[in-house]
Amino acid sequence: MNDMRKIERDVKMTDTKITARGVNVHYGDTHAIKDVDVDIADKTVTAFIGPSGCGKSTFLRCLNRMNDTIDICRVQGDIRLDGQDIYDKRVDPVQLRAKVGMVFQKPNPFPKSIYDNIAYGPRIHGLARSKADLDVIVEKSLRRGAIWDEVKDRLDQPGTGLSGGQQQRLCIARAIATEPEVLLMDEPCSALDPIATAQVEELIDELRRDYSVVVVTHSMQQAARVSQNTAFFHLGHLVEFNVTDQIFTNPQDSRTESYITGRIG
Amino acid sequence: MTDATMPTGTPRKASSSELVAASLKRRRRKQTRLQWIGLGAISIAFGMLFILVASLVSSGWTAFTQTHITLSVYVDPEEVPLKRLPRGGFDDVLAVSVAKMLPGTDMSVRATAKSVEGILSKGAQFKLRDMVVADPGLIGQSVTLKVPVSDPFDQLNKGLIDRDTPDEFRRVKNTEIAWFDTLKDQGAISKPFNWALFTNADSRFPELAGLKGALVGSFWALLTCFLIAFPLGIGAAIYLEEFAPRNRFSDLIEVNINNLAAVPSVVFGLLALAVFIGWFGLPRSAPFVGGLTLALMTMPTIIIATRAALKAVPPSIREAALGLGASKQQVVFQHVLPLAMPGVLTGTIIGLAQALGETAPLLLIGMNAFITSAANSPFDSATALPTQIFIWADSPERGFVSRTSAAILVLLGFLVMMNAVAIYLRQKFERKW
Ligand SMILES: Nc1ncnc2c1ncn2[C@@H]1O[C@H](COP(=O)(O)OP(=O)(O)OP(=O)(O)O)[C@@H](O)[C@H]1O
Ligand SMILES: [Mg+2]
Repeated sequence: MNDMRKIERDVKMTDTKITARGVNVHYGDTHAIKDVDVDIADKTVTAFIGPSGCGKSTFLRCLNRMNDTIDICRVQGDIRLDGQDIYDKRVDPVQLRAKVGMVFQKPNPFPKSIYDNIAYGPRIHGLARSKADLDVIVEKSLRRGAIWDEVKDRLDQPGTGLSGGQQQRLCIARAIATEPEVLLMDEPCSALDPIATAQVEELIDELRRDYSVVVVTHSMQQAARVSQNTAFFHLGHLVEFNVTDQIFTNPQDSRTESYITGRIG
Repeated sequence: MTDATMPTGTPRKASSSELVAASLKRRRRKQTRLQWIGLGAISIAFGMLFILVASLVSSGWTAFTQTHITLSVYVDPEEVPLKRLPRGGFDDVLAVSVAKMLPGTDMSVRATAKSVEGILSKGAQFKLRDMVVADPGLIGQSVTLKVPVSDPFDQLNKGLIDRDTPDEFRRVKNTEIAWFDTLKDQGAISKPFNWALFTNADSRFPELAGLKGALVGSFWALLTCFLIAFPLGIGAAIYLEEFAPRNRFSDLIEVNINNLAAVPSVVFGLLALAVFIGWFGLPRSAPFVGGLTLALMTMPTIIIATRAALKAVPPSIREAALGLGASKQQVVFQHVLPLAMPGVLTGTIIGLAQALGETAPLLLIGMNAFITSAANSPFDSATALPTQIFIWADSPERGFVSRTSAAILVLLGFLVMMNAVAIYLRQKFERKW
């Protein structure tokens, strides 16, 4: 399986989906992201790793302009999606977020039924022409979110009544129901048991066929298993960015090495 | 564990578990004291409430019944000729039928006739008149009629007049008491539930005065207040909380809204008098103007409650919706507002309950006029519950004392009902996230 991935990676590395240059983020006086350059390839999984508080979530939120919603947050630099500057005045963040989906660190289902949780995105974007269409989308998304079997008999019950891990998979299913081009996942497996984690990892691997996926994770093994590229953040700096095998087998920076061997973080 | 690692020879310090035990005792004591203080405060509050309600009930409960007298009336064509309708000597007809039940009364003596007539409420003749006007065939026939007695006899029947008081200091004289006892012995006197309290409008005679006009006036005023304050209040709160940029100007608005909520209600009354009645030329005493005034006062309450409810919606819900590509407006109206609704409704109902009990501004715009019919529209003159209480409390007749308490009880009943609805709504729509 590993070999297969390598071949695929070599083929796909050429297209870049997102380019970020000279990105700086401030929360008031806190300088959270310092001069980060990164290229996120299409149809690949990119992992962000690094110690807690180093700015992984902050950088991830720059990619779909979720930081716009925080008053004190200032983003500087150039971030392009398919060559288009996403911080350009003409870009509507609403449209951007339909293209760049997000799964948050804490599961946050709507206090509505499971069905409505999934159907919400397709509804507001007009992706379904009929109720039957919508049913198909809901089922497909829940299946891909590896939660269909657990909820298929209670689609009308509130999504908030699920367990933490089920809620997180519901949120993943909700994010992919709108068919985004890029999927940002902030520690999607932190609340999941090993079986659900394996299912989500399988899903991430499958999503890679159509989408570009960015995963923040604290698990080195997970980064090694699912990602093709890995970025290591430390204190707001992007310390090292390379193909995953390189990062884990032959890190160039001493900080990266300390982190992956468990000495910082 | 610390004992084992402690070097031998050092003076033994109290172990940490002993320290915890000692501090625990102290903490428990503190907690018990706090609980007692809290219990004390609650009992005092409840005691006061109990005294208030008990005193109202003890003075007001008599107003919920009304003494009536059942008469067999011969509609004498001499006194009530067909061609003079709707005028006629209805009062005399009634007095004669009372006298018939009292042996030995000489109705040709003016004073006696007047006293006998005084047993009946002044409103009794109108009841008979309405019956006869509706069916002129009754002239020359006998009808059985149940009419209220006048206030002094109502009081007498309810035991509120002391029979031991010397005759000259008593409103009902000894002969009148004797008459009344005779009537009672004949079974003509009854004391049914006083529906008139709710179906009659105000009257100069306490035995006829009811709250209908005030209830209708309060209804129109509250309806106007709700229709104006609810949408405007929610709209303003949503704008301020969700859309307005945070700057000096929005801070200024926020401070002013909070101030507005603290402005004494009489000031709103003066404002309404000057603006709504003075400039806009809206009618005096109209519940519509009252509602407008109350809306001014209720709006800050609704705005503050709505903003608090919007703020309490967890940011993760907004993020979830924004992350899916919902627009700001969709986030607010499809997610945040529905989740905030219980808080919004609770705040609104509490604001309306306050408005229902508000007196001063309504007095200023003339809703304390003496009006004997219920308003048909919000633009007719009317009183409201609190102003009606004010009017009755100001009236000299004894019978209005118990009516005042009864009206306060009715008002309190409505307030309790509104608060119960608020609690019900809050529990029904409360959601977990
Ligand atoms: N809303 C905010 N307001 C102010 N400072 C913030 C905010 N969010 C994050 N920060 C600061 O930015 C820095 C980076 O935070 P971020 O959440 O991006 O870290 P992270 O790498 O995702 O950590 P973790 O792995 O614990 O999730 C931290 O120092 C944090 O204190
Ligand atoms: Mg994070």
